[in-house]
Amino acid sequence: MTYIGTSISRVDGPAKVTGAAKYAGDTAASDLAYGAVVTSTIAKGRIATIDTGAALRIAGVLDVLTHENRPRMARRTAAYKDFVAPEQGSPFRPLYDDKILFSGQPIALVLAEEWEIARFAATLVRVEYEAEPFATDLQVERERAAAIEQPLKSRGDADKAYGDAAVRHEAEYFIPIEHHNPIELYVSTVLWDGDGKLTVHDKTQGVQNVRDYLCGVFSIKPDKLRVMSPFMGGGFGSGLRPQYEAPLAVLGAQALERSVRLVLTRQQMFALCYRPATIERLALGAQSGGTLESVSHEAIAVTSQYEDFFRNDSGWSGLLYKSANAKYGHRLAHVDLPTPSDMRAPGAATGVYGLECAMDELAVALKLDPIELRLRCYSDRDQHDDVPYTSKKLRECYRQGAAAFGWDRRNPEQRSMRDGSELVGWGMASGVWDAWQVDTAARIVLTANGHAEVASACSDIGTGTHTIMAQVAADLLGLPLEAVTVRLGDSTLPKAPVEGGSWLAASVSHAIAKTADEIRKELWQLAKAMPNSPLAASHLEDIALVDGRIIDKKGNGGGVPITDAMRHGRRDRLECETTNSFAEDKKHARNTHSAIFAEVKVDEELGVIRVTRVVNAVAAGRILNTKTARSQIMGAVVGGIGMALHEETLIDHTLGRMMNSNIAEYHVPVNADIHDIEVIFVDEPDEIINPLGIKGLGEIGIVGVAAAIANAIYHATGKRVRDLPITLDKLLP
Amino acid sequence: MARTRRKRPNGQTIPAPEKITISLTVNGAPRELAVAPWVTLLDALRERLGLTGTKKGCDHGQCGACTVLVDGRRINSCMTFAVMQDGAKVTTVEGLARDGTLHPLQQAFIDHDAFQCGSCTSGQLCSAAGLIAEGRASTVEEIRELMSGNLCRCGAYPNIVAAIQQAMERQRS
Repeated sequence: MTYIGTSISRVDGPAKVTGAAKYAGDTAASDLAYGAVVTSTIAKGRIATIDTGAALRIAGVLDVLTHENRPRMARRTAAYKDFVAPEQGSPFRPLYDDKILFSGQPIALVLAEEWEIARFAATLVRVEYEAEPFATDLQVERERAAAIEQPLKSRGDADKAYGDAAVRHEAEYFIPIEHHNPIELYVSTVLWDGDGKLTVHDKTQGVQNVRDYLCGVFSIKPDKLRVMSPFMGGGFGSGLRPQYEAPLAVLGAQALERSVRLVLTRQQMFALCYRPATIERLALGAQSGGTLESVSHEAIAVTSQYEDFFRNDSGWSGLLYKSANAKYGHRLAHVDLPTPSDMRAPGAATGVYGLECAMDELAVALKLDPIELRLRCYSDRDQHDDVPYTSKKLRECYRQGAAAFGWDRRNPEQRSMRDGSELVGWGMASGVWDAWQVDTAARIVLTANGHAEVASACSDIGTGTHTIMAQVAADLLGLPLEAVTVRLGDSTLPKAPVEGGSWLAASVSHAIAKTADEIRKELWQLAKAMPNSPLAASHLEDIALVDGRIIDKKGNGGGVPITDAMRHGRRDRLECETTNSFAEDKKHARNTHSAIFAEVKVDEELGVIRVTRVVNAVAAGRILNTKTARSQIMGAVVGGIGMALHEETLIDHTLGRMMNSNIAEYHVPVNADIHDIEVIFVDEPDEIINPLGIKGLGEIGIVGVAAAIANAIYHATGKRVRDLPITLDKLLP
Repeated sequence: MARTRRKRPNGQTIPAPEKITISLTVNGAPRELAVAPWVTLLDALRERLGLTGTKKGCDHGQCGACTVLVDGRRINSCMTFAVMQDGAKVTTVEGLARDGTLHPLQQAFIDHDAFQCGSCTSGQLCSAAGLIAEGRASTVEEIRELMSGNLCRCGAYPNIVAAIQQAMERQRS
């Protein structure tokens, strides 16, 4: 392999650093009208009257759409169920009727010749509401939270084992609502192509998901609506489901019969979706030697009144460490907020935060080094299904991470390490995520000049999909990287899943590999048919494509140049599209793992916390591109630092409204907050999971990071803060 | 539901603000445009001049994605009206490369993988160009501090700092 596993720079880098990359809001159109959204100011009730007269009086305003006058939308709930929608419930429908389900709900769309006019006119729409009582506070609603059926079965008798355990730890950990806040605003530019055809340039992590959704909601035939998103300015999960800018922009285009751009404001984006506020209840019972006897984990999280969103929070606790007895629970508190969504490592970022802080507390109670406790509880098997892993190099993560961090120099006593006026703390945690893979299609067009175009309807949300697709195609076709172009983010391309869950790298790579293999077969047949072909007696299994040539690995000589074989066969182009399916394998568990080590320095008088060093050692199978992979883990660590120290959406529960809905008051890490981050990829060959041994990296980098930092803060200060974010006021006496 | 277009209410239409003609030098080229006073420099660049390399991330001066150079100084282009910049020289991300050769910062950003989604990148690049011109940052800590007006949600900060250091060194040598 020439390119797979190397550190080549992003192939879309030049487009991104010159401003040439076109994002959803960058598409021009000569007939473009602009939209601005009016949102509800109450959390629950109905719209009694909506007066658009003053807005319509402004010159340049083209129309104002509300539930009373919008174009037709589907009535069936099924039409609104996108690929990622929760099973239970009925998705939100923008401008559908007079009901208000949450504060910040879109209730009118102003359309104007210019964006500034639309924005101004939107302030003139007058709304009278009939308000109803509402609830938004998890801490109040937790008692009414309803249990959901857990996919993971408990084992043994966790309660009894806990009662019998020599050392016990029980506590609640809390993660507030967090928002993805990608830098790009949610935007849809709908081009009115005539003949009822629409091209929707949408900010999304899945163009075919948005296409299917819009076609369902507006009863449009799939060949009349194309969704494009070749570049996406950050998603982190917020773009997995279609967001309301897309259907509203389509409504606007249909009403005006012209092109429409709708950009949401940062404030409006807070009412799209979020990581749900979650209480993690952990109970760990151990023998005095440090082996776990009982693990109980219950999560209590918010969801909306209209959909049951939840992910696996608790199951990680009985997976990561060996325990004969384990019990899981998940309860949902229905509140008058929008439906939560996936956000980087959904379920694990929150659930493993609770688990890994609890393990740290248990280590303190057992007077054991936190790594030693984890090694004593190490599990080589997935205990849910009692199967081995395709690969699991978590021990190596602990070893290499600890060595790089200098963990052996840690004084186990709290408040024992100092740097001038600052207390120094060292903490660690483990991370775990799934290594999913999904059926995906790809198309390769090889032309006789030795150029290949590889295409799939997948996304590149900053993860580097363009680059790994080019690397895999170049290697398997035996072409130089420069001879490969990549197309993605277009709903007309071969079928691909949404980009999420860390499944895309493995999925699209194998789609390309399978398609490239078909091309290899065709080239071999063309080469064999050539007069005096050096490959005449060759066998397909010995044929490889290397350096632009078709070669026989068992034969002598340089084989046949690809371009010659195509010319002789009078083929200007070879085109092949295949769908790769992964064989079902119930005999193995597929997971990625990590060990995170964090150093914090805490100003003793002021409580100011700095995360001065993080080492994240990751075992995630074959790394396709060590440069972009390192960036992905580094970025996830930055997200984990935000989770630990900064991020929290604050709700005024008397208004039912998110109050810090901007990125000055919703704090995310800035450059000065970030110090040394070291990423280690532990060598983890995996010949079982899939032919290329790929596991995926999008989520694993953030899992456990907040716990490692929280544990470091405890080590520095002796104060255990279990509610995120750990702000300085929580450290002051 | 039958589609009924709303009738414009009776009574006088309220005109939008009158447009004012201004001149800007954008990436070295003279540009003249007529804009209402409420149009920000950012929206003038993106929606009137077709220079969409400059990004909108908040419209409130909180994220720095819209950073451009005005008369050599870095500013948030969402925080100034276009009419306030009449006669100014504006450099956007599209104007950093010269004669098809990437600006040292652009090359350094590629080399160090100083971006993922690319949404903050134009602002980071213009801000870094402004930072270098200011000459106030020489240490890593100073770069971090003086680049803290430019948020990167993908978390590329360490790579951004490394890229800026590379460009600074190249400039010195």
